[in-house]
Amino acid sequence: MIFVEARAVTRWYHEWIAVLIALILTVATASALLASLGLDPVSSLHRIFIRPLNSVYGVSELLAKATPLITIGVALALGFRAGVWNIGAEGQLVMGGLCGGAVALAFWGVDGFWVMPLILLGGTLGGLVWGAIPAFLKVRFNANEILVSLMLTYVAILMLSVMVHGPLRDPAGFNFPESRLFHDAATLPKLFSAGRGHLGFVFALMFAVLGTWVVKRWHLGFEMRVTGLSPTAAKFAGYSRDRTVWMALLIGGAVSGFAGVVEVTGNIGQLVPNISPSYGFTAIIVAFLARLHPLAVIPAGLLVALSYLAGEAAQLSLGIPAASTQVFQGLLLFFLLGTSLLVNYRIRFGRIG
Amino acid sequence: MDYGLLSSIIHAILVASTPLVFAGLGALIQERAGVLNLGIEGLMIVGALAGFATALAGYPLLMSVLAAALAGALLASIFAVLVLRLYANPVATGLALTLFGLGLAALAGSQYVGQAAPQVDTWAIPVLHHLPVIGHALFSHDPLVYLSILMAFVIWWFLKKSRAGLILRAVGENHTSAHALGFSVRGIRFLAITSGGALAAIGGSYLTLVQTPLFVEGMTAGRGWIALALVVFASWRPFRVIAGAYLFGSVTILQLHSQAFGISIPAQWLSMLPYIVTIVALVLISARGEKGLAAPGSLGKIFRVSR
Repeated sequence: MIFVEARAVTRWYHEWIAVLIALILTVATASALLASLGLDPVSSLHRIFIRPLNSVYGVSELLAKATPLITIGVALALGFRAGVWNIGAEGQLVMGGLCGGAVALAFWGVDGFWVMPLILLGGTLGGLVWGAIPAFLKVRFNANEILVSLMLTYVAILMLSVMVHGPLRDPAGFNFPESRLFHDAATLPKLFSAGRGHLGFVFALMFAVLGTWVVKRWHLGFEMRVTGLSPTAAKFAGYSRDRTVWMALLIGGAVSGFAGVVEVTGNIGQLVPNISPSYGFTAIIVAFLARLHPLAVIPAGLLVALSYLAGEAAQLSLGIPAASTQVFQGLLLFFLLGTSLLVNYRIRFGRIG
Repeated sequence: MDYGLLSSIIHAILVASTPLVFAGLGALIQERAGVLNLGIEGLMIVGALAGFATALAGYPLLMSVLAAALAGALLASIFAVLVLRLYANPVATGLALTLFGLGLAALAGSQYVGQAAPQVDTWAIPVLHHLPVIGHALFSHDPLVYLSILMAFVIWWFLKKSRAGLILRAVGENHTSAHALGFSVRGIRFLAITSGGALAAIGGSYLTLVQTPLFVEGMTAGRGWIALALVVFASWRPFRVIAGAYLFGSVTILQLHSQAFGISIPAQWLSMLPYIVTIVALVLISARGEKGLAAPGSLGKIFRVSR
């Protein structure tokens, strides 16, 4: 008989051993899948995971993809610690991109040091509002934040589509659903001579540090952690559940909105109907991979960003669809969730008792 | 009014709504057992591929649908094991299921892109299908449309009239009490998850077998999320799932015909409606907190056996 037993002592490294096991299992399963498709696993994995990083261009692309993942991952890690399930970061990102992009287009051609901060502020506010809606509905009407934030994601994506097909469309763009290209003052500088890595990555790193500080040093972070770990204890301590819901969703919304405006001003350079390959959803994996530690979100974000590059590489060099990268992401999340049991429990063989 | 057009629009609405009926019922049976499964989208697309591949191999419709159901049940059992046995977080696990399903279908389905499934026969209901207007609109469909409505009846009967259904609802309302009464919470939830997964996958297979007899990656296009919304909109009742699905289907079809009706607002505004209506419904249901309208008491909560 196999059963699980609560660990008497949990050590800090138990978490990371579980993560390591999950990573190994993911690679093993991915190899088996590749082998079943008649591909040599070792050389295929090398081609899709290692080779894309063999150039400045590749590293720069990696940083570009990791930027929104890390930024949003930090905010989600905070919210998930509090037990608030903001599944709609994707919508908050899109809203941030849309609002920030609209500001950029409103000030098109205007130069000045204040233009960029204003754009970033616009995007952050857009995301904040989109996060505030589920928070308000949860606190006021007890409406499930998972479903509300999820539904709002699709509303945001459709709203972006309306805007780039209509009011924000480039007047000289031959009716293509795209805005005009942002001017230089509304574009974040690139980090390297090649690839799309941009200043947003530095912001992402700052968010990770700030997030760690909030979790470790701020009373707010403590309150959110307690609320997530034990709602009853939080109630006795006098911490307000409503306040935690508000904070988690407002932080999640604002930061995701910021990630969205950074994505359009740093990476894309204009508004298009599709500004995110599900970064907002994938950031959930990042937060879990980091075991909700803001600082660990940095390597986790880089790793998941690599899976995006790997998808593109797989399409080019192996001829398998880029969407198969989601198999890898899904597997990784499955194994992470499955092995997280090992952190607080250990597997025992023998009789219960 | 052109009755021929009206008739074909109603016909099209039923076809557009049927995947949502199946998937909505699949989500409903799980949620009544207290399981919130965000993996419906992944289950649907895997069902779409499994059904399509079986049909291309020359098997009859029944086999294709069964293959889809089996694929859905298998995929859902991964979710079940993680959530029920390993106490994994259900929200994240469901999301992983969606990602995995979408990726797996894209990977395994790339070889089928561009091929077309054989046409499914129409089962015209004797006598009734000769009726003017509604004959074509309602009584001259493929067998799966009728099956979807039958399933709603079966699930309604099961939940409302059968002892097993009562136990399932007890598990969903309060898993601690149900456990104390000696019911196997995990066993019942496992069955609910796998059968719900099978239903969602059948919904997906309708897309590739009937609606657009083609397979394209990502072709479920968010229908799994709409199905989840639908269950809330229907306040966890099977017949309201049908009503909701037809309403959602109507919006989709209306969008396609909006130009013909002289509606000139962008189609995206109409597409937003289902999501906004769902949020409003959710708020109304949650705010009133009426008995019988609210969500199952243990929905989405992790059940641990205490010793």
